[in-house]
Amino acid sequence: MPDVLVLVDHDGEHVYKSTYELLAAARRLGDPAAVVVGTPGTAGRFKESLARHGATSVYAAESGEAGEFLATPTVDALELAVRDASPAAVLVCATTDGREAAGRLAARLDAGLLIDAVDLDSSGVVTQIVFGGSYTVRSEVTHGTPVLALRPGAVEPEEHPVTAVERTLALPSVDPAASARITARRTGLAGDRPALNEATVVVSGGRGVGGAQGFEVVEELADALGGAVGASRAAVDAGYYPHQFQVGQTGKSVSPQLYIALGISGAIQHLAGMQTSKTIVAVNKDPEAPIFGLADCGVVGDLFAVAPQLTEGVAARRAVR
Amino acid sequence: MNIVVLVKQVPDTGAERTLSQTDHTLDREDADLVLDEINERAAEAALILKETTDAHITVVSMGPDSAREAIRKVLAMGADRGIHICDDRLRGADVLTTAKVLAAAVRTVEDVDLVLAGNTTTDGQASAVPAIVAELLGLPQLTHVRQLTVDAGQVSAERETDNGEATLQAPLPALVSITEKINEPRYPSFKGIMAAKKKPVHTPDLDDLFPDADDSGLLVTRTRVVEAVPRPPRAAGIRITDDGSAGRHLVEYLIARKLV
Repeated sequence: MPDVLVLVDHDGEHVYKSTYELLAAARRLGDPAAVVVGTPGTAGRFKESLARHGATSVYAAESGEAGEFLATPTVDALELAVRDASPAAVLVCATTDGREAAGRLAARLDAGLLIDAVDLDSSGVVTQIVFGGSYTVRSEVTHGTPVLALRPGAVEPEEHPVTAVERTLALPSVDPAASARITARRTGLAGDRPALNEATVVVSGGRGVGGAQGFEVVEELADALGGAVGASRAAVDAGYYPHQFQVGQTGKSVSPQLYIALGISGAIQHLAGMQTSKTIVAVNKDPEAPIFGLADCGVVGDLFAVAPQLTEGVAARRAVR
Repeated sequence: MNIVVLVKQVPDTGAERTLSQTDHTLDREDADLVLDEINERAAEAALILKETTDAHITVVSMGPDSAREAIRKVLAMGADRGIHICDDRLRGADVLTTAKVLAAAVRTVEDVDLVLAGNTTTDGQASAVPAIVAELLGLPQLTHVRQLTVDAGQVSAERETDNGEATLQAPLPALVSITEKINEPRYPSFKGIMAAKKKPVHTPDLDDLFPDADDSGLLVTRTRVVEAVPRPPRAAGIRITDDGSAGRHLVEYLIARKLV
């Protein structure tokens, strides 16, 4: 079986769930080979959990400056791994960083690139949902090593324990005239909540939440469900909630098992980022709100009455179990 | 300072967008085309720099004849000249070919200091073109930025993405892609609109941009659509009007679906 490269998405300490999703998808095409880009020692820490999810080899692309420059160390690592493994495909997460790395790698390889796939079959055909959900498109790469970016949450992660071989890639030193230096980093403010594109449940608030303080109701429901908090563009623009939690065309695309929209009318830009969710629940005062057009369960009512009752019921249910 | 702004004409997101039955490309004839909103902000970022430095702004667009209107709009806002790559052979171009054409057009501009683009477009959603253009031109990429400072040959920027926030720094020349939060674009003045009609728009063809391409020419796409199916609109499910107990009904709904 050919190798299939998987770029490991991580924060230095933990491997993100989306990586395990990629490993599960990679097994449809061949033997998953995980590529870890980070500071020295990172791959060693991740090897066991990667092998438990089916990685038959782990490439360590490590250097002190790997995290200090944007994009290029990752692209260098992937290019070296492609030259070494001649893989059937390269899989990355369709996050902002992942899309950019995929694009730059495809340019170096002069290879076909398919971004934001929601599925991948054993012949390498990927499924994408385009134009805000109006078309399902199945595509394949016809030239070069396929570079595929999968939407987080699209494929179920699976445990598949194997023994992983560790391989080392020697990262070249970064050319500071061709790379941007990261001089400061401020990562998520999500605290103990799961990341938006990792979560199986997302609870989002919109303009109807009315203010930053109103988001406590959203957060309490998210916490009762063990979910992430999202926000519509209207809520973010109004300053109710930080931009990094924005769901929609210009924010994140999510496809959790359960999406609860509180006080969100359902502008097309928002729907584009969440309509592939498995189950959608909406609460809105306005019976004409477009969000009701695609909600599996729509409640016409005041979110400040409905959401706390739901939170209480969920918490009670969890306490019993 | 020489600034190049990359712009794209896109179908209006408010309008219905369809894929051509024959080749699965966007049906641009039926679509209501507009200058992508984010690109106007990239142009605005260039114009703000022009207010404080001696800058010359070139606006570059790849697309059919109608893309000329997008270029004219940016010229009316205050850019100095345009480059419009319009070639039937580019129909159905993939992300990589699009980036190669844009990079080749940027190379025709002498001594470029800064390439500016929007961080994403509302139609394709790949969000990878600026990064690929940086790759092809060997420029530092400062992408998805909501704040930009250019001073003394250095560019610094605040990047904001789903991976969090970061401060970036690089020497010029560099490529910057901006988010919708960076500024509010100006409206072209009447004077600007009149002046734009006299500004030059260069229309190189592919043979000018890629003189070394062999007879087989430029690879237009490296991917193939196997199938494109319109998705049935997601149907609405059950509807409850809150009578004081809707929250409890929702709990039962979620339990029944094993979601809690």
